[in-house]
Amino acid sequence: MHTVQENDPSNLLQRLIGLQQAFRHIPSDAIDHLAESLGLSRAFILGVIQFYSFLHSSPRGEYDILFSDNITDQMQGSRLLAQRLASKLGVDIGRTRDDQRVTLDYTSCTGMGDQGPAALVNGHPITRLTMERVDQLAALIEQAVPLDNWPAELFQVSAGVERRDIVLNSDYKPGTAILRCLEEGAEELLRRLEQAGLRGCGGAGFSTAKKWRFCASTESAERYVVCNADEGEPGTFKDRYLLQAHADRLFEGMTLCAAVIGARRGFLYLRGEYRYLLGPLQQILQQRRENGLLGQAILGRDGFDFDIDIHLGAGAYICGEESALIESLEGKRGIPRNRPPFPVTRGYLGMPTVVNNVETLANAALIAQQGVEWFRSVGTAQSPGSKLLSISGDCERPGIYEFPFGTPISEILAACQAHHTQAVQIGGAAGRLIPPAEFNRTLAFEDLATGGSFMVFNQSRELLNAIDNFTRFFRHESCGFCTPCRVGTAMLTKQLGKVMVGHATSKDLDELGTLGSLMRQTSHCGLGQTAANPILDGLEKFPDIFQSRLRSTSFEPAFDLDASLEEARAITGRSDPGAHLEGGGV
Amino acid sequence: MADKIRIATASLAGCFGCHMSLLDIDERLIDLVAHIEFDRTPLTDIKQIGRCDVGLIEGGVCNAENVEVLKAFRRHCNLLVAVGACAINGGIPAMRNQYSLTECLEEAYLHGSGIDQPQIPSDPELPLLLDQVHPIHDVVWIDYFLPGCPPSADTIFTFLDELLSGKPIRFAYRQIHYD
Ligand SMILES: Cc1cc2nc3c(=O)[nH]c(=O)nc-3n(C[C@H](O)[C@H](O)[C@H](O)COP(=O)(O)O)c2cc1C
Ligand code: SF4
Ligand code: SF4
Repeated sequence: MHTVQENDPSNLLQRLIGLQQAFRHIPSDAIDHLAESLGLSRAFILGVIQFYSFLHSSPRGEYDILFSDNITDQMQGSRLLAQRLASKLGVDIGRTRDDQRVTLDYTSCTGMGDQGPAALVNGHPITRLTMERVDQLAALIEQAVPLDNWPAELFQVSAGVERRDIVLNSDYKPGTAILRCLEEGAEELLRRLEQAGLRGCGGAGFSTAKKWRFCASTESAERYVVCNADEGEPGTFKDRYLLQAHADRLFEGMTLCAAVIGARRGFLYLRGEYRYLLGPLQQILQQRRENGLLGQAILGRDGFDFDIDIHLGAGAYICGEESALIESLEGKRGIPRNRPPFPVTRGYLGMPTVVNNVETLANAALIAQQGVEWFRSVGTAQSPGSKLLSISGDCERPGIYEFPFGTPISEILAACQAHHTQAVQIGGAAGRLIPPAEFNRTLAFEDLATGGSFMVFNQSRELLNAIDNFTRFFRHESCGFCTPCRVGTAMLTKQLGKVMVGHATSKDLDELGTLGSLMRQTSHCGLGQTAANPILDGLEKFPDIFQSRLRSTSFEPAFDLDASLEEARAITGRSDPGAHLEGGGV
Repeated sequence: MADKIRIATASLAGCFGCHMSLLDIDERLIDLVAHIEFDRTPLTDIKQIGRCDVGLIEGGVCNAENVEVLKAFRRHCNLLVAVGACAINGGIPAMRNQYSLTECLEEAYLHGSGIDQPQIPSDPELPLLLDQVHPIHDVVWIDYFLPGCPPSADTIFTFLDELLSGKPIRFAYRQIHYD
């Protein structure tokens, strides 16, 4: 049934990921071969390679080490650890050592915020890095110990559930929901999801029943269901936990969706950072096939054929945006499409497609099994049920927390034992920065919505560092398709840098505000529209952290004028008055 | 009639293309001249800038002299305008930014082809080069930006004309968009 054609161009990205793993880069002759066999141009393939951070056209070291560079990793000392490893191994960060033994670099948040500082070694996560662990890594690398023989405790990813509510307290029996759906019919299932009021957990909160119904009502020969497991929002890791501990629920949710919309094929789009979960997930899929929960004639129902493929991402945050994700599934660069048409009418290969977050699909399966009252027993009228949070940063108990919607931020902070909290970044880099005066606000779509990221900053932190980190994140992850975001994210970083080094004046803050609202209004997709949030929120909620670094002059140059002549002075050996510039603005 | 508007212009790290475009205003210059007068500009050869209403700057900032001129313009002009891609982004001269200054000078004066008596020039008369070429808003506050390489004569005329009229400045789409 789900025939994956080797020579289907939509397989390009998966083939490239395979090549990268086998050869540590994509060799030039492999590109020629792919171009030939997939009927694509060389330039197109190079474009794809350059788009994804985890694909390279020149070889990486035998050990390719990427330090997670989220602000929470940094707060736990990741940068010092990376520098220590770099000096132990004698390699610069961002470079491959001359003997090709090792490459060191930084990467965007790897989804281990509760057990950082974290890194990836040849795609495998290493957690809880310490000085000792870094020294251990250096020794293993110098002795060329194969990765398979590295101590298993380095790769330990713990579940870390700190609070359970209705969802995590419920037992789930594989197949129950599907059976019920087959007995009662798809319409009854939809009605139940509608009454339960399940809303998308990926951030936007769109009604799940409505999305499925919409897709089902389209005229089409094929429809698809896609689970969005890209989880790229800095500070989020709750999907990682669900994939690790409750994948069965999510596959059941996808199968239910398939029953409703009439899909025969589904995809799990798994972010490259979670490649270590690929094997276990495939085992679960296999088991479900053996138990008649996937494949031909599911649970004996003739004509109910459905199977799931797992596609890997390759280090691009933008591929979490649903239309970019679909482009990526089709093997292309992950550039967001124009919307409308939305994926429910034109998605994968132009066919109607439901894209849902991991948590949404897992919840759908549980609602089908447990019923409407169960789900509505917690939450608010507009946001029924509960939400999984990934809590990290300055608190004693980081980890996975399930809270009913409607819970105040103050209660969440108390639960994770956060003290002297200066601010909470809720919803990731694209989310909102919340000052203590607003800790009485609640977790809910109608108040503070979040895909699941919850990062805590105590009073000892320089909030500007966090804002800078998020702004740089967006500059790095901007797909480059539209000017407001491609140029805007670079300008924001530069302008904020001017504030950080104390060169800015109040005019620069005005500029930041203007630029930010321009990006919000004119960017093509959600990334550019939210990229200025950290700065705009900071300016509004924490004006002092900016003001205190300003110069009182009306304008200051963006760089040190006299220092920029240093190289020319050195070359010419001049030191006359004409070889110097006065600093300062006009 | 009110006093004439006093305008100064300068070409920093540019190619004079933007100045050529200014001259391309053609016969409308005659109308304009009734309302404006030039201060320091390559057109008048006045070397020291006096008090001005508007300064038009072509080109980015590549050396110490550019910095001095630009600062003098900012001190003397009420409004400072970045004219053209080089002033706004650094433009063509900024292509050297991907190499170090040393690499650039060695290529140009020591290792390049056809070089007789290789040596890197050094003389107090010569302004020192900055390690990077910068857009002018990196050095002083800029009030208006006229995009284009160069901005068309029409764009420059519209800008000055609207400025003279005292209205908010408006352009036809084609005057500032190049898509
Ligand atoms: C830049 C960007 C990144 C996104 N990343 C994710 C993500 O990692 N996971 C996710 O589920 N949704 C992400 N989304 C939201 C998806 O586009 C989409 O709304 C979601 O997958 C729909 O599923 P839901 O209705 O179950 O929430 C992202 C959106 C944008 C604009
Ligand atoms: S807003 Fe940014 S990420 Fe989105 S399409 Fe434009 S450049 Fe790409
Ligand atoms: S913008 Fe174009 S025309 Fe103007 S100075 Fe630069 S290169 Fe010359």
